[in-house]
Amino acid sequence: MTKVKSLADLRKMKEELQNKVNLREKGDNVEKLIQIKVGMGTSGIASGAKEIFNFFIEELEKRNIEAVVTQTGDMGYNFAEPTVEVTVPGKDPIVFGNVTIQKADKIIECYIKNGELVEGILPENYDKIDNK
Amino acid sequence: MAKYSMHILVCGGTGCRAAQSTKITENLKQELDANNLSETVQVIETGCFGFCEKGPIVKIMPDNTFYTQVKAEDAKEIVAEHIIKGRKVNRLLYIDPTKKEKVDDSKHMGFYRKQLRIALRNCGFIDPENIDEYIAREGYEALGRCLAEMTPQDVIKIIKDSGLRGRGGGGFPTGLKWEFASKYQADQKYVVCNADEGDPGAFMDRSILEGDPHSVIEAMAICGYSIGATKGLVYIRAEYPLAIKRLQVAIQQAREYGLLGKNILGSNFEFDIELRYGAGAFVCGEETALIHSMEGQRGEPTVKPPFPAESGYWGKPTNVNNVETFANIPVIILKGAQWFRSIGTEKSPGTKVFALAGKINNVGLIEVPMGITLREIIFEIKDDKKFKAVQTGGPSGGCLTEKHLDTPIEFDTLIAAGSMMGSGGMIVMDEDDCMVAVAKFYLEFTVEESCGKCAPCRIGNKRLHETLEKICKGNGTREDIELLQNMSRVIKDTALCGLGQTSPNPVLSTIDNFWDEYIEHVDHKKCRSGVCKDLMQYVINPDNCVGCTACARVCPVGAISGERKAVHKIDPALCIKCGACIEKCKFNAIFIQ
Repeated sequence: MTKVKSLADLRKMKEELQNKVNLREKGDNVEKLIQIKVGMGTSGIASGAKEIFNFFIEELEKRNIEAVVTQTGDMGYNFAEPTVEVTVPGKDPIVFGNVTIQKADKIIECYIKNGELVEGILPENYDKIDNK
Repeated sequence: MAKYSMHILVCGGTGCRAAQSTKITENLKQELDANNLSETVQVIETGCFGFCEKGPIVKIMPDNTFYTQVKAEDAKEIVAEHIIKGRKVNRLLYIDPTKKEKVDDSKHMGFYRKQLRIALRNCGFIDPENIDEYIAREGYEALGRCLAEMTPQDVIKIIKDSGLRGRGGGGFPTGLKWEFASKYQADQKYVVCNADEGDPGAFMDRSILEGDPHSVIEAMAICGYSIGATKGLVYIRAEYPLAIKRLQVAIQQAREYGLLGKNILGSNFEFDIELRYGAGAFVCGEETALIHSMEGQRGEPTVKPPFPAESGYWGKPTNVNNVETFANIPVIILKGAQWFRSIGTEKSPGTKVFALAGKINNVGLIEVPMGITLREIIFEIKDDKKFKAVQTGGPSGGCLTEKHLDTPIEFDTLIAAGSMMGSGGMIVMDEDDCMVAVAKFYLEFTVEESCGKCAPCRIGNKRLHETLEKICKGNGTREDIELLQNMSRVIKDTALCGLGQTSPNPVLSTIDNFWDEYIEHVDHKKCRSGVCKDLMQYVINPDNCVGCTACARVCPVGAISGERKAVHKIDPALCIKCGACIEKCKFNAIFIQ
């Protein structure tokens, strides 16, 4: 194990270790962050939701966007798997269907960064009990 | 390195461990393995979440789901439902006791709403046995800054300016203590961490050591740097095995990383820490007694001065601080004295950890800013009973009543109200608690824990206890109350150390606040709460009794007699007042007189 030899060493180490607890720090103020939920029911996974899930986690970090990526159950839009729900703070959640890696990239670049809508938005077809 | 997208935090504090939280961790890991998820989901055993009443606690991040009273068998369902399918396991969610609604994340729990966690910042958040997680949370940065950018005097100045006061009970300004210790010249000085937590019901120090041991190690090193000490000692009671183990692991890791030892972080500063075990005597929380115990002598206090800052461990200048005090230090260095002063009140800046116990819904550990009112802390009393008092400060403190509910809590206001901060134990009492009996309970404790060195404490407390017992037995007179008051004052004025000087506090404060109850006990031989058994008599109401014989059959001492279908009678000479007959009677025929 490396010895920490100076304050600079320690700081470097902290940067490297940051991601160990990042997830938990984000969880503490989740409502202020961009939330991405990937539908990972059986049909979602079969259609490649796992790759999309990993893509979001890796790319958001690379592009320095603070976001929380979680997996969720089947959202019911099985005709359009994989499905991804994106919640930008202060806006209503939007569900994107048939998400591919290219589309996921577009979601990050257009919707998350600039607020431009991307094609493939699924109309919300049910109310959630949280809003009732 | 595995890339985790989810963290499962399992509480590994003593309370939750006793309820088999380690088994939960094991099962979770097994389930994750079975589902090929061990690379994406990490299970972390953390320190105490403070919400001990509903333990074991499992928290899932990043969605911040808070599961309570989890059992080892539940691991399967948590993994299958929450982790794989993303559906919360409803039956494990916390139910808000007033609204009777399920709450799915800790943000919306009344228990955490008013809290501000400084000393407990990492408890329930990081893995206490992993130094990397502490470093990731800016750990050892404060020590690094002190060594690289500040002189010892600068460090002392920050602590002095912050207004931090000793969290062990006395509330002495920490910065001032450090300054004294720094002024004495010697070939060797010591930093001592007082982890001899003795107040009944208080467990914040244990939780900090179990949940975030590195914060104490770092702070001790900072203290060592500022007063010129190279050796640190943690005096910890042997009855805290988990805290000891985690401290040992943490010290070892810090040594491996070069954060303890010689030339720390490239400076000339040298510091190392050893543990000293105590046998759990209350008086050893007093700093001179503590030092004697560490030296292998009897744990008895000596007269101050000389203060330990001048002549402490082996006659060398020694600085003794409490665990919670130390846990505040790194944050103060990082965020500055002004920041710390902005929290809490002018005379008592910062936060305080309280261990809540007794008749309230949310028993556990909370950290709140100083100046908060009692009413805000004790927001719900159990089972809609009537609130009577809060005992603060343990055996050295006193009772606060309804009229104190809106007084801001800080060191000085509590003293003015006839109690004290103590280490932060808070026991809530309702109408079923007898205040005379409460005073007696605390005196029993001090009589047991008194070291016997000085007469006022050894003899005086014993007499106080006897007099209280006399009153509880129904043999007390008004003169006895007066005697209690006089004796209490004498003991307070003449006892050698803090233990004796504060031990009459529970008596005085209950007499002050609950005069009526004392009078009832001595004049009317009555105990309104039904606690003092000698003042009660069980009587059968002939109008209601149908002679079913149920009470006679359940009575363990055969004190109830009577023919079938005829009115029964209780023989007061035989009755032990256990209450079994009242519970059994279906006709409400038995009552207490």
